Amino acid sequence: MVLTLIVLLPLAGFFANGLLGDRLGKPFVTVVGCGLPIIAFVLAIKSFLVLLAGGGTPIVETVFTWARIGGQSFDIAFWFDRLSAVMVLIVTGVGSLIHIYSTGYMKQDKSYARFFAYLNLFLFFMLLLVLGRSLLVLFVGWEGVGLASYLLIGFWFEEADNARAGKKAFITNRIGDAGFLLGMFLLFWATGTLDMDRINAAFMSPKAPVVSASLVGILLFIGATGKSAQIPLHVWLPDAMAGPTPVSALIHAATMVTAGVYLVARMSGIYMHAEGASQVVAVIGVATALFAATIAVVQTDIKKVLAYSTISQLGLMFVALGVGAYSVAIFHVTTHAFFKACLFLGAGSVIHALSGEQDVRKMGGLARKIPVTFVTFVVATAAIAGIPPLAGFFSKDEILWFAFASERGGSLLLWAVASFAALLTSFYMFRLVWLTFLGKSRMTPEVEHHVHESPKSMTGVLAVLAALSAVGGFLSLPHFLEPMLPLPAVPEHLHPLETPLLIGSIVIAFAGLAGAAWFFGNGAVRAERMRQRFAGLHRVLAGKYFVDELYERLLGMPLCWISEHVFLRTGDRMLFDGTLHGLAGLARRTAGAFSRVQSGNLHLYALLVVAGIVAGLAWSFRFV
Amino acid sequence: MLLLVAMALFALGLIGVIVRRNLLVMLMCMELMLNGVNLSLVTFAQQTGTTAGAVLVFLIFVVAAAEIAIAIPIVLVLVRQRRTLDADAYTDLHG
Repeated sequence: MVLTLIVLLPLAGFFANGLLGDRLGKPFVTVVGCGLPIIAFVLAIKSFLVLLAGGGTPIVETVFTWARIGGQSFDIAFWFDRLSAVMVLIVTGVGSLIHIYSTGYMKQDKSYARFFAYLNLFLFFMLLLVLGRSLLVLFVGWEGVGLASYLLIGFWFEEADNARAGKKAFITNRIGDAGFLLGMFLLFWATGTLDMDRINAAFMSPKAPVVSASLVGILLFIGATGKSAQIPLHVWLPDAMAGPTPVSALIHAATMVTAGVYLVARMSGIYMHAEGASQVVAVIGVATALFAATIAVVQTDIKKVLAYSTISQLGLMFVALGVGAYSVAIFHVTTHAFFKACLFLGAGSVIHALSGEQDVRKMGGLARKIPVTFVTFVVATAAIAGIPPLAGFFSKDEILWFAFASERGGSLLLWAVASFAALLTSFYMFRLVWLTFLGKSRMTPEVEHHVHESPKSMTGVLAVLAALSAVGGFLSLPHFLEPMLPLPAVPEHLHPLETPLLIGSIVIAFAGLAGAAWFFGNGAVRAERMRQRFAGLHRVLAGKYFVDELYERLLGMPLCWISEHVFLRTGDRMLFDGTLHGLAGLARRTAGAFSRVQSGNLHLYALLVVAGIVAGLAWSFRFV
Repeated sequence: MLLLVAMALFALGLIGVIVRRNLLVMLMCMELMLNGVNLSLVTFAQQTGTTAGAVLVFLIFVVAAAEIAIAIPIVLVLVRQRRTLDADAYTDLHG
């Protein structure tokens, strides 16, 4: 029953806050909104201990049978193994922290209860996603987190831009979901079940199902590209920053966007037999990593930088998945959840301090004024940049190592591109630190006057996450997950290269730091000079390679044209409206003709009655 | 023979209703039609030796009395308004 309880607690919070929150006041919302996720987290730890005591045997809980069709039954069942355990602990743990942070961040908001209701709803669906045993339950959670994400991106829906960003996220995800659904159908057709453990077992058995593993793999990966914002469906994530910052931290950095990574890792049985699909995953991943990292270098909105950084890091995770190092990808999911949540919340704290300013060009010199935010932000930055011995170093180094050495698709080119993305990561993150916290202040006097450190509820969470970002690398998750997700083999002759590559990773991290210091220290004069020199390149990067504009031309405008001309003018106005108006007009004209008979002349009426009787009699006597 | 008389009465009444313009005459013509029907009913009752026709005649008497009791006051009211018995004068009522 424990697993069911973990899932249902946030749902209870959603109903309590959503229905009663406004009436019972903020203290009630705070207690329910934060309390239930924390209880869920405690229960998750308890289940985790049970799992450990059982030596890693999965815990299964069948809640009820959803449908029974023919010989097939579709159960709502929860499945708690090592992989789900890691995900559930991240979701509830980091989720609880971000809930606590939100009590401070959203304090002044008039829709406080609605915010916590949505956050709890998100947690419910996310837990459904990671705990579901069957693809069907996972899919319900998958759609549900999309819904929660939509609601929270458009949380401040009074502004049309925010509402538009929510719609964009939702619609982009639908495209990926189409692929996901097709993959599910194929799997059900081929294996006759949707339970993921059974599907994996079917693919691992000698008598493999009669379906191309690569085809299924690619279809599922299309779903993953939507949710995890990979090329070509990455466009929604930067816009999703329109939501409140805790939402960006929870949904668009730590948990929901990693659902795609979780899906591929969960279906590793298929991908192990799908070399083609794995290659696609790796290539898309590395392309996204590089692509997003280059954009992040020139963005000026503090949250947009972090958003592109998230896309880039997700790309690296997919590289790991593509070369068969599934557990390493999950390791990076975990460390990324720590440091990216910390970064986003730190950014939230900065925005809070500056009364809503997000443009780094109008910041600078904040280190002294908000020291706790500064320190935690730097720790998390160092972690994401891969500076040892912080968390990001371990996971990223392992990804780079397997990108190079894995027998399942590792290559020098993959390593080189991924390493370059890592270098850019380090560079743009330290650039952000320099522009935000160091150097001279570029704030307007009245903003500067109001700068204040955030309340304890926010800084405390930042400190916890910074600590986790610092030590999270020692978790050695790949080892923990190895019984489930074995690491790919490495050819014998490459083993000696492990240490040089490790040193290479460290050098890359520090090179990024040095580069940022060189360009952005000293008032960023050198960066400005570079910008003027490569104005064309800067324009392309600042315009995000104009992907949005391309989609608008390629998809948006033709669709608008078809809707306007074919459906609206021809279909709706001419065909439907024309037919209906025609019929109505006919009825009106006929009625007009008949109404002329009603003249008021009694003699005419009598004559007509007689004529009618005569006609009726004549008709009834026609056979006589 | 009696049936022919009944038919003649009915036809006279009908023609009267259609062609005469005086409201009172039209009402009288309607009575004529009803009496034509009554005569035919009585005749049938006699021919077949049943009582159903005769019973119907009494029903028609009652209906005719009720009808005329309502129709005459209506005509009276109309005439008080317009001072004429011509049915064509009341076409604007669109009855």
